[in-house]
Amino acid sequence: MTDAFAQASLADRAGKAAARFRLTFHHPAWAYGFILPVALAIAWELAVRAGLVQARLMPPPSRVAETLYGLLRSGDLLTHSAATLTRVGSGFVIGAVAGTLAGAFCGASPAARRLLDPMIQALRAIPSIAWVPLFILWLGIFENSKIMLIAVGVFFPVYLGVLGAIASVDRKLVEVGRAFRLSRAGLVFRILLPAALPEWITALRSGLGLGFMFVVAAEFMGASEGLGYLLVDGQQLGKPDQILAAILAFAVLGKTCDAALVLVTTPLLAWQDRVRDRL
Amino acid sequence: MLVVDALSKLYADGTQALARVSLTIEAGSFVMITGKSGCGKTTLLRLIAGLDQASFGTIAIDGEPISGTHPAVGVVFQEPRLLPWLSIAGNVGFGLTHLPKGERRARVAEALRRVGLAEQAKRWPRELSGGQQQRAAIARALVAEPKILLLDEPFSALDALTRADLQDQLLALWQESKTTLIMITHDVEEALLLADRVVVLRSQPGHVVADLDIALARPRLRSETGFETNRRALLAALDRPSVHLEF
Ligand SMILES: Nc1ncnc2c1ncn2[C@@H]1O[C@H](COP(=O)(O)OP(=O)(O)OP(=O)(O)O)[C@@H](O)[C@H]1O
Ligand SMILES: [Mg+2]
Repeated sequence: MTDAFAQASLADRAGKAAARFRLTFHHPAWAYGFILPVALAIAWELAVRAGLVQARLMPPPSRVAETLYGLLRSGDLLTHSAATLTRVGSGFVIGAVAGTLAGAFCGASPAARRLLDPMIQALRAIPSIAWVPLFILWLGIFENSKIMLIAVGVFFPVYLGVLGAIASVDRKLVEVGRAFRLSRAGLVFRILLPAALPEWITALRSGLGLGFMFVVAAEFMGASEGLGYLLVDGQQLGKPDQILAAILAFAVLGKTCDAALVLVTTPLLAWQDRVRDRL
Repeated sequence: MLVVDALSKLYADGTQALARVSLTIEAGSFVMITGKSGCGKTTLLRLIAGLDQASFGTIAIDGEPISGTHPAVGVVFQEPRLLPWLSIAGNVGFGLTHLPKGERRARVAEALRRVGLAEQAKRWPRELSGGQQQRAAIARALVAEPKILLLDEPFSALDALTRADLQDQLLALWQESKTTLIMITHDVEEALLLADRVVVLRSQPGHVVADLDIALARPRLRSETGFETNRRALLAALDRPSVHLEF
């Protein structure tokens, strides 16, 4: 009797566990995203093995994985990633802070907007890479000129995002601030900036994306470490597997940083009434 | 006492919304402003609130002329206009940041209790129904203890039952606080059920055509004879035929 009972409850538990397994592991939505890349990788691998493509220029996924593992084992991957991440991080912080301040200032003060915005828009028309020679002359070939280039790349999307967000704040909410007799600063900090927060975060995300774009350019212009250096090095030494390994590392790093930004800022947006957007 | 003297408003596009409107509103009274759409009710309210500037004429509170927003004047808009990034308690306490934290919290809690939202203090505006949001907006205006509270059709977007509920609550709040209430409505019955006095505007350009004292005891019933008499007078002033319902 006890036995039968224990068995029944065991079966019950197993059933429940299986149900839970199905719930969590059966067709999770993110799994679909892997189908195509994995299929392509397998096809590529097979094509190389069958001798359909040249392994020297098109290293198969197994070779790339091997190289990546080697870089990981030797600690090189960490060193290069850390160097790149430091550059992106410093440039991002400088560009994001400057872009936010300039955007908030121009958004909140019509006088500032009339004075500054035309100049900033004109500067924006210059491809950022064009500044590189000047930055090198001014700041030297080492870190500062690289960080400056990244900061410039991050500045514009953040500036535009904040400015646009403030310009499109609902006039009705601004009127609430006026009815409560807020000062100009009060209006900026208690109405305009909170209302602009969602778009500000979107702007930060696109700024971060551009930061990663510009770090590659910065590392192309002469660096002794960094993932961009791995790319150049791979090209000069004819190591396509190293190039692909660095590209993969960039993808992972970029996605991770973006996800971290989303994670950190999500609690700030708990008030939003929207279709839950996904990463 | 609020004195509006020969107030005119000419909008930038040349629309004359108000022409020489004069009103004297006693402290602690409940005045309804009504009239057909486009006759200048919102314009008048926004001028008193100081959200727009009059073209001519003056507004004075207790003999002191005012221009721009005034701490003694609170506003409830037609929509709740809660700030979506603040909790309900945060919204209600929005105008109290000059107070110490403890006092602010106590006054917010009291205001929320009075409008029946004590349970909702920590929720986001989006989590509240339309009626609850409008009550929070009323609490936000009341908590600053304005001498004069302006309400622009605050219940027009609500269903009849919720509206009747909020009308009762507003009446109770008014009787408790003795704030001067100046409210816009399209609804003849709402005006007669609540107000001491109904001011009727007519358009092109907006001017006062009637100013009725409603001397009925509260609580008021639609079935009273006095109510019906006032209703006819008001409809006549509004230039609408009085539809008599026979049962
Ligand atoms: N910002 C504006 N610029 C130009 N004309 C305006 C403006 N606001 C209102 N008007 C005009 O002024 C007149 C009065 O408008 P108002 O909003 O005061 O009417 P209302 O009595 O509140 O109408 P409703 O009952 O429909 O809300 C209308 O003819 C309107 O078209
Ligand atoms: Mg109106």
